[in-house]
Amino acid sequence: MSVERIRTVVGHVVLMLGVLVSLFPFYWMVVMASNTTPDIFSYPPKLWIGSHLFENMGKVLDNIDFFGSMLITLIASLGVTVLALFFDSLAAFAFAKYEFPGRNLLFGLLLATFMIPTQLSLVPQFVTLAEFGWIGSLKALIIPGAANAFGIFWMRQYAKGAIPDELISAAKVDGAGFFRQYLTVGLPVLRPGLAFLGIFTFINVWNDYLWPLIVMTDPNRLTLQVALDQLNGIYGTDYSMVMAGALMSVVPLIGVFLIGARSFIADLAAGAMKF
Amino acid sequence: MPSESAVTSKAVPAQEVTATTAADKPPNRFRQALPQYAAVSPFFILFAIFGAFPVLFSIWISFHSWDGIGNMTWVGLEQYNYLLSDATFWKTIGNTLIIWVLSTVPMLLLALVIANALHNATRFRTFYRIAYFIPNVTSVVAITLVFGSIFSNNFGLLNAFLQSIGLGQVEWLTQPWGIKIAIATIITWRWVGYNAIIYLAGLQAISADVYEAAKVDGASSRQTFWRITVPMMRPVILFTAVTSTIGGLQIFTESRVLFGDTNNIGGPGDAGLTIVSYLYQSAFINNQFGYGAAIGWALFVLIVLFSIINWRLIGGNDDERLTRRAARRVERRIAAQNAKRAAAQSAAAKETADVR
Repeated sequence: MSVERIRTVVGHVVLMLGVLVSLFPFYWMVVMASNTTPDIFSYPPKLWIGSHLFENMGKVLDNIDFFGSMLITLIASLGVTVLALFFDSLAAFAFAKYEFPGRNLLFGLLLATFMIPTQLSLVPQFVTLAEFGWIGSLKALIIPGAANAFGIFWMRQYAKGAIPDELISAAKVDGAGFFRQYLTVGLPVLRPGLAFLGIFTFINVWNDYLWPLIVMTDPNRLTLQVALDQLNGIYGTDYSMVMAGALMSVVPLIGVFLIGARSFIADLAAGAMKF
Repeated sequence: MPSESAVTSKAVPAQEVTATTAADKPPNRFRQALPQYAAVSPFFILFAIFGAFPVLFSIWISFHSWDGIGNMTWVGLEQYNYLLSDATFWKTIGNTLIIWVLSTVPMLLLALVIANALHNATRFRTFYRIAYFIPNVTSVVAITLVFGSIFSNNFGLLNAFLQSIGLGQVEWLTQPWGIKIAIATIITWRWVGYNAIIYLAGLQAISADVYEAAKVDGASSRQTFWRITVPMMRPVILFTAVTSTIGGLQIFTESRVLFGDTNNIGGPGDAGLTIVSYLYQSAFINNQFGYGAAIGWALFVLIVLFSIINWRLIGGNDDERLTRRAARRVERRIAAQNAKRAAAQSAAAKETADVR
């Protein structure tokens, strides 16, 4: 009994140490963002939260168009999320619940696209979008990601288990067509799955750095991540300000994550097990 | 919407009528499936424009010398020829692989330890899971800036700590190994929790009966781990190995942001220049689009190669068979154990009967 107890305590100590390591960089971000740069660079360094947070945040707003960048990032993230949720769940509904000629072939093709690294088509994608005249516009951020293979694959796995065939048959008997069935039977049942996919997509787009770096060429219309990097590149000597910017860019994201954290984590793990 | 439902309501009796004449059936099946085709088409249309076409186009671009604006000049395999003899390219492969090993090995081992501890913990589980997962959903740029300051040569927290315990300073962000360790640390920190959660799900999928049986068998905890946990976890380990290989070969943001210098994105001596950084630098800074496309293809070959190696190494091809075999082995042992116990019991019963 006591051996068991010691083991539990040791387990918790290990886990707590891990949690400290996981969360420390965030604490450090706050410490740096709330002190002055000379304070951070003094020896020994300041380890506690200071009183200059708002001053540093003000400097960020003076030096980059923070809210403009945030708005662009928000529109892009929401745009991709809404479109992807619709297109992915619609396709997943069809793949999961309907027999149609070529279904397996099309689904196999979709899975095969996982193999292609995005970097492979970076150059020609840029050229294509330039040809469309989309470089520098929100379209370049939103449209290419509006439907994605991972989302369809994941939603299909979810839909297979979640939607009872009887419900679809009943809707058919009532004379509902395919899209009516999707709206009345599919969507309500798929809601928890959509919540996960929505958060997942939103976070990914919000955090993306390489693609916006390439396509958002207008220095006045940068996404948050690129703007943050620019802030660092130009004002890298003012660490406190850069950290205040970093903090401001991270807080909304953690907020979105925490809202659905519990089921989000469970869903992600379940999704990985299905591969 | 109404016209659509009209089609289906008409189509249903039509199918019943034509069921006898097989010749009419095929076109109807396709026509009936029109809404389904419409439902799956957005992905395929977008993929054709932004996925398939660019991939094919990138082969074409890689056979040319092109700055993205002027004329394309056909050079055949010259880009690839140059690539093979380009010392910087080989260096980026070396850098990427070193960073990948430095990050993936500790990451997966630590994840396994954490998952095990989480599996055994009965309290604070949700709190732990969220705390371990937060690094993964955080902005890479922001967190790289934080780590950049921690690893900073002169005033960084890490050096201040090393100095205070009398170990002196390390020039993390100027030494080739320091740079790679810094990048690997960021990656490990971001992905440990993610992988631990995946492993935890794998652990929880293993039935408690199997462990119970092993315990009855008198298996030590080490034997249980290697004979039951690891084989049963094989598919999950394969998943994490493949995803972290693909992710590891595509490292870009960490090294780009760490040095914050548009002209020298790999840091001093290009020690942190990864394959994707080099692709980015060639195509979008030096405007050598053809060369950038060629690097993209080299990256693709590497990813396929390493995925196959992973698959072979961890035995993904027959992982199901292996798990089943492990499960069968356990079952057999339980049966043998039960038989032995039954035999012992009946022998004991016989003995007592004999004694009487």
